[in-house]
Amino acid sequence: MNILNEFIEVAGDPGAYARRIRASGRSVIGYYCSYAPEEIIHAAGLHPVRLFGTGGDSGIADRHLQAYCCSLVRGALAESLTGGLDYLEGTVFPHTCDSIQRLSDIWRLNTGHGFFADVVLPVKLTGESARQYLIDVLQRFKRDLESYFGLTVTEESLRSSIRTFNIIRSCLSEIYELKSRNPGILTGGELFSIVRASMVMDREVLRDRLQALLGELRERVTGRDGRGRRLMLVGNACNHPDVYDLIERSGGQVVWDDLCTGTRWFSGAIREEGDPVASIAERLFERQVCPSKHKSPTARGEHIAAQAREHGVEGVIFLYLKFCDPHSFDYPYLKGYLKDAGIPSMLLEIEDRLPPEGQILTRIETFIQMLVPGTGAAFTGASQTGREG
Amino acid sequence: MPQTDAEKKRKFRSARRMREIMTEYYIEAKTADQTGKKVAWITSGGPVEPLIAMDVIPVYPENYGAMIGASHMGGDLCAKAEALGYSTDLCSYARADIACALEDGGPIGGLPKPDMLVCCNNICGTVMKWYEIQARLYDVPLFIFDTPFCHVDFAEEARRYVRTQIDEYIGFLEGVCKKKFDFDRSMEVGRLSLKGQRLWQDVLDAAAYRPSPMTAFDAFFFLALIVTLRGTDKVVDFYTELLEEMKERVSQGISAVENERYRLLWDNLPVWYRLKWLSDTFAAHGACLVADTYTTAWCGSMKYIDENNFIDSMAEAYTRIYLNIGVDEMAKTIFAMIDKYEVDGLVMHSNRSCKPYSFGQYDIMRMVQEKKGIPCMMLESHMVDERSFSESQTLTRIDAFMEVIRQRGPRAGTAR
Ligand code: SF4
Ligand code: SF4
Ligand code: SF4
Repeated sequence: MNILNEFIEVAGDPGAYARRIRASGRSVIGYYCSYAPEEIIHAAGLHPVRLFGTGGDSGIADRHLQAYCCSLVRGALAESLTGGLDYLEGTVFPHTCDSIQRLSDIWRLNTGHGFFADVVLPVKLTGESARQYLIDVLQRFKRDLESYFGLTVTEESLRSSIRTFNIIRSCLSEIYELKSRNPGILTGGELFSIVRASMVMDREVLRDRLQALLGELRERVTGRDGRGRRLMLVGNACNHPDVYDLIERSGGQVVWDDLCTGTRWFSGAIREEGDPVASIAERLFERQVCPSKHKSPTARGEHIAAQAREHGVEGVIFLYLKFCDPHSFDYPYLKGYLKDAGIPSMLLEIEDRLPPEGQILTRIETFIQMLVPGTGAAFTGASQTGREG
Repeated sequence: MPQTDAEKKRKFRSARRMREIMTEYYIEAKTADQTGKKVAWITSGGPVEPLIAMDVIPVYPENYGAMIGASHMGGDLCAKAEALGYSTDLCSYARADIACALEDGGPIGGLPKPDMLVCCNNICGTVMKWYEIQARLYDVPLFIFDTPFCHVDFAEEARRYVRTQIDEYIGFLEGVCKKKFDFDRSMEVGRLSLKGQRLWQDVLDAAAYRPSPMTAFDAFFFLALIVTLRGTDKVVDFYTELLEEMKERVSQGISAVENERYRLLWDNLPVWYRLKWLSDTFAAHGACLVADTYTTAWCGSMKYIDENNFIDSMAEAYTRIYLNIGVDEMAKTIFAMIDKYEVDGLVMHSNRSCKPYSFGQYDIMRMVQEKKGIPCMMLESHMVDERSFSESQTLTRIDAFMEVIRQRGPRAGTAR
């Protein structure tokens, strides 16, 4: 499949792709979080790119950040300070966890990537005042972009961006659903490459490629149930394609996730009627919540347990970057909710690199072998579930 | 060991009164179920005045965390939280409190159970997660007072949002307490709160005298009242007395550290289980930690309060507190303190428990070195989890730092 290869290529070197966009004369705006208002950046004619904080731990981050900071934040800063982000003409920091909050300050004071904006989202995503505030914040962001780049973001361009992003998100949701029903249709690593590339590619090109890929995948559906126990990944932004391979070699397969490089990022559609900025805000308000935001004390537990049941998940792997406060605080209770639903789980805490392969393989294998056989079987006959909406 | 006269003199007589007040306060809180009063757990930087106006007893898990740390119970309790699945890298206040709540352990036999939870995220994101955990455990209403972070300024839309939440907060309290909010009473509480904050600032300012009548370690101790009873006349009365005592000490030349030669500024929360040790270690070098950024945070946003319109101005005052501003803004506060207290060096506590306070310290340190040209040092701990603290490493760092300070000689002070 040529389309698939294209995704794999982009995902393998997102920086190279972004540089090509830049060379074609378009400004590239980067961000580290799935709460970034990509649609507004796109509607402004700029190119939105998700960054992954893969600057490695060269030591340069030590000048600004202690060792007890997560590798995403450290890697992000290193990426910038070592010149790896020279293609950027701007960065956007949606407000989320305490570490990103301070990274934004350090970034503003020490790096120079042109346009800079803090999008100080509400922390509480419930109640009328927060809803209104979120709209106001996005309006401000739009004005900031307009005045810095000297352009106007028209209502029509916002609407058109919204339509593009809705198609992209619904394609990704459907690919996920297909993979859940027919796990052999794509490897976990392939699916992850698709998601990762989708955060980087030119969105019009992406929209067309995803639709074409989906067409091909629909054709291939029969007889591809795949082998292995049905697993779900839960965590922060996961940047480890090799984890999928390790899981598959251990007798498992990832059929669903709750990741910011997964369903948390693409779930939910934007209303195409009404005020476009308000509609963009509404989706951010209603989407699956990040643990650094508050919806209700039990929202994530209920959501994750429900998703696990819906997708016939036999076991959950929590994949956390070390030193991540919001996710670590949620872990004991999420584990409890899953336990109540009869779903076992394990925790893998990682830094920017995975631990030695032998060690991690043994742990995953042991976990998978302990899963009670047959629990996921009920799923094989599951009917066509509707797309996430 | 017999105390010398000088040592006796150095002890604060107000310390005793302070302990009494805190004991009374905890007794009242712990017997609330008998007196029919409601108890709210609230974050240390949270808007407490409306609670006082509603006769609700505010209880501060963070103050309790400090007690846990000071009584060396933090390591055990944190280990218990870890057994429940909480990572050792999380804030040790939160870990210790979570463990206490589940087993009624800890000092004073645990905190009284809350009737409601009030969480203001102007200090960190940790409190939001922590209060969600307690909301699940106690199954009581949770109000989140969301104060958007002010990287460079307090945006208009943020101001509107916070102001609207004050009304929502009052509505929340009326619902839980099943009675109307008394605005006149709240005005009075607001005035007392501001008065308390002014007095607290005056107390801290006494450290500008040479030699300083107090150390930051004293401030850590006396802080508990402005945190827990802000908005009551108890605070006003107590700090009035304490201020008197400071003045006496100044006029009698009683110094907190014998032969004060060097004056230092502390950044971040205290290392609760090594207060005395750190104080003695610095004192042995003739160094007095005269001030700190932490205790100052409880009077740092007074400038935004309008005495005649407390409820409205509260929005800004609670949003623009020390931890809710950008690193460069924090640095400016530190510059001002360096000048005001005429310090010779800056001691930064890199606190593994508190990421929002600690990330950015390296940048602040460089700014201080550039702009103020004074030496800085960093020591690391998990503020109430004593298990990870390395005394020998810390000692080596302090010795090396004091050597640099000594070589430069004390700053020519324009003593007050
Ligand atoms: S986990 Fe939260 S902070 Fe991290 S990318 Fe997702 S939304 Fe952003
Ligand atoms: S949410 Fe966690 S992993 Fe993501 S930036 Fe914050 S601390 Fe790091
Ligand atoms: S110590 Fe820091 S992280 Fe912990 S509750 Fe206080 S402000 Fe939050």
